[in-house]
Amino acid sequence: MQTSTKALSGAVADIDDLHHEKLLKAIFNLSLWNFGPDVIDALLELIVSLAASNGKHVDSCLDMLVSNFTPPNKVLDMLKQPRGLEKKERVLPRVHAALKNISELVPMAASRLSSIVLEQMPWKSKRNVDQWSMKRQLIYVENMFKLESGAIREFVGANMLKDVMNVLRDLDVAIGWDDILHDDSSKGVFMIELEDENYADGDEDADADGKLPSTLSEKSLSKNLTAELLDSLMVQTFEHLESSVSNKRLSEVFDTLLSSFKDTVLNTYKSKFTQFVMFYACALDPEHCGTEFASELIDMFVGGHNPLTSRMSAVAYLASFLARGKFLPPAFVASYLGRLVDWCWQYCVMHDGDMNPKLHQVFYSGCQAMMYILCFRMRLMVEIPLLKSQLFCMPIDKIFKHKLDPLKVCLPSIVEEFLKQAKAARLFTSSKTFVFEDLLVSNLSRDFGGLERLDMFFPFDPCLLKNADRSFIRPNYVYWKYVRTTYHEDIDDDDEEDGSDGEVEGAAEFDDDMEEVIISRSYGDNDLEMDEFDYAMNKMSITPRNNSSAGLRMPSRIRPSMSPESL
Amino acid sequence: MEGLSVVQANLKVYVDPSQSKNLSSAIFRELSALLFKYNDAFHGVLLAYNVHAPENKGRILPGVHPFIAVRLEAKLLVFSPKPDMLLEGKVVKVTEESIHVIVLGFSSAIITDEAIRNEFKYKTKHGQGLYVNRSNRRHVIKAGTMIRFVVKSMNEETLHIYGSLMPANTGSVKILEKFSEHMNTESVTINSTPKKRRSKEKYEVTTQITEHGSIVKDAPSQNHYDREIKKSRRS
Repeated sequence: MQTSTKALSGAVADIDDLHHEKLLKAIFNLSLWNFGPDVIDALLELIVSLAASNGKHVDSCLDMLVSNFTPPNKVLDMLKQPRGLEKKERVLPRVHAALKNISELVPMAASRLSSIVLEQMPWKSKRNVDQWSMKRQLIYVENMFKLESGAIREFVGANMLKDVMNVLRDLDVAIGWDDILHDDSSKGVFMIELEDENYADGDEDADADGKLPSTLSEKSLSKNLTAELLDSLMVQTFEHLESSVSNKRLSEVFDTLLSSFKDTVLNTYKSKFTQFVMFYACALDPEHCGTEFASELIDMFVGGHNPLTSRMSAVAYLASFLARGKFLPPAFVASYLGRLVDWCWQYCVMHDGDMNPKLHQVFYSGCQAMMYILCFRMRLMVEIPLLKSQLFCMPIDKIFKHKLDPLKVCLPSIVEEFLKQAKAARLFTSSKTFVFEDLLVSNLSRDFGGLERLDMFFPFDPCLLKNADRSFIRPNYVYWKYVRTTYHEDIDDDDEEDGSDGEVEGAAEFDDDMEEVIISRSYGDNDLEMDEFDYAMNKMSITPRNNSSAGLRMPSRIRPSMSPESL
Repeated sequence: MEGLSVVQANLKVYVDPSQSKNLSSAIFRELSALLFKYNDAFHGVLLAYNVHAPENKGRILPGVHPFIAVRLEAKLLVFSPKPDMLLEGKVVKVTEESIHVIVLGFSSAIITDEAIRNEFKYKTKHGQGLYVNRSNRRHVIKAGTMIRFVVKSMNEETLHIYGSLMPANTGSVKILEKFSEHMNTESVTINSTPKKRRSKEKYEVTTQITEHGSIVKDAPSQNHYDREIKKSRRS
């Protein structure tokens, strides 16, 4: 095999694509995974020579190399075993080296490679995921990341990243809300962040009594192969981001991710988890990536030329990001909050009209974003004198007392929580009395939210993908449960956990079952039992049980949009 | 190097109405999509363009899908190698069977051993393949050498060029130019053919870019040519 292949390499100029069609087909159908290193080298030399000798062979050569990103099924099965790993190390680096060689000899080949990689993707949207397609997709995406960071990244890197983001989004959208939420319309819209107590006992037949679980559940998702694939791909993506940090390429990667996010994820309201790629990238480099992300979102919101729904979506992302990003310092949050408040106030000055949810959608979404951020961050900000004075100088009360009356229009649950905290902090007290009756939505908020229900869009709600959340998101994430509000009295020092570095702590009352769980310990600590943490989280209720002022639930999980199916 | 020409073109670009706020970037985007692709209207590969800033005016063409048609003038740099033209490129790989060359950084060319004159002999030195001229040992072609070769043919779809090193005026550019200087400094009377004069005649191609971005050539309005043949020397 080796000898004949080398002989063919010497005669590539004489190989005719018509007369030697069968020979070429036989060569291009070979799987490198079936051969030893010497034969692989000889075959790849032939492929490179073919591509360089005749432009007509370039596409077929690239096709052949890309098809070798995934091994045959028998090798796929043992990829995690030493034998499989050894084969992988034998084949894939050589394949990528051959792609590099072809790009050097035929510069225009690189522009063809991106589309060929996309065409050969194992999983396409609107297809079911099975175990085989999952394994193939995982190794395929691993190769895409290799291309993104490899020698020819200049030509194909950006496209690889965008294609991966598209795959994540497609998988995300394919996970229907029905898969993870059995909605009981009699219950209200917002549910607690995680499982309800019926599942805490691990009772698989919790619905045996006829009551369907009415909450979002990691357990529900774990039975879903699409979710499992998405989870694994998200982990791969996060690991790739981490390696970009080591290679000092994160800012370059982030630029592409941001562009892809604006094009494909921002306006995909069914996207539940894909956006956490941006979240994690910002967590890895808050100073640059975090700033760039927040700036892009605020610019998109204030940019009057942008479509209405994009602006509303951008401000929802901004609010959720500033609220949930544990890695964002209070001063950072204050600065973007200030820009948001300024815009809202300018809007009030320019519009002297009365309340009209449909006409002033963008304004109400801005106000709701302000309140949402303050619900999470007000306490932190008032504890720092400089930020407190900045906060108190913002024209917040003027905005909320304006004729446009945002307090009446915005989501009642957010308004209620905001008013309570603002009163406790002496930031703002409403002269009107709002009776929400524990409502989470109102007709007015529905009006300003529009068809896409952007009034209930909180894109960085807790991530339910187990592995992605546990190892990557959780250490960087603010859970509502652990937010100290302005009306909570601090508990005794002995009971308080050590919260260093400005981390948000849970000062709220704990359930009895959680007392032994240490929450704010570093997640890198080996002593931390993740299962214990999960168990505790599973039993967690967003409403502190022993809190007499309980009854206020932050809208931490939104109901799926009732609008017609849209991407 | 032959094969490069600057062409003055009158273009019509159809812009989607959603791009009307930023007409310039829409036009640049349309034109950039044509770069490094063979184009029938231009008879070659568009390498670069220089567009006169369009006025913010365009006719709105009504229809099911209305577009804004913008007329503009552009100078286009076109690469159109023809058989028997002399091209220059950088050698990237030398094997016993072939020499692989990259021309202008994007077009790949191959010169098979059959198209290399017998003067050159293949050798291996330090694991690297190279061709050495038997009569001038300094005349070496190896990876990294800039060479001049003759075009045998070109595949317009793939921009793949088939070249030849048969003629005596082909080979390493450095050696050929040294040889040429040497010939000029000697007082030898050479019967030379008259140099080509640069023509100042005008060549206008009226083209249209259809809504799908492809170029459709209209009948030329005048039958004159304004060619500025640029010598491009690869650094």
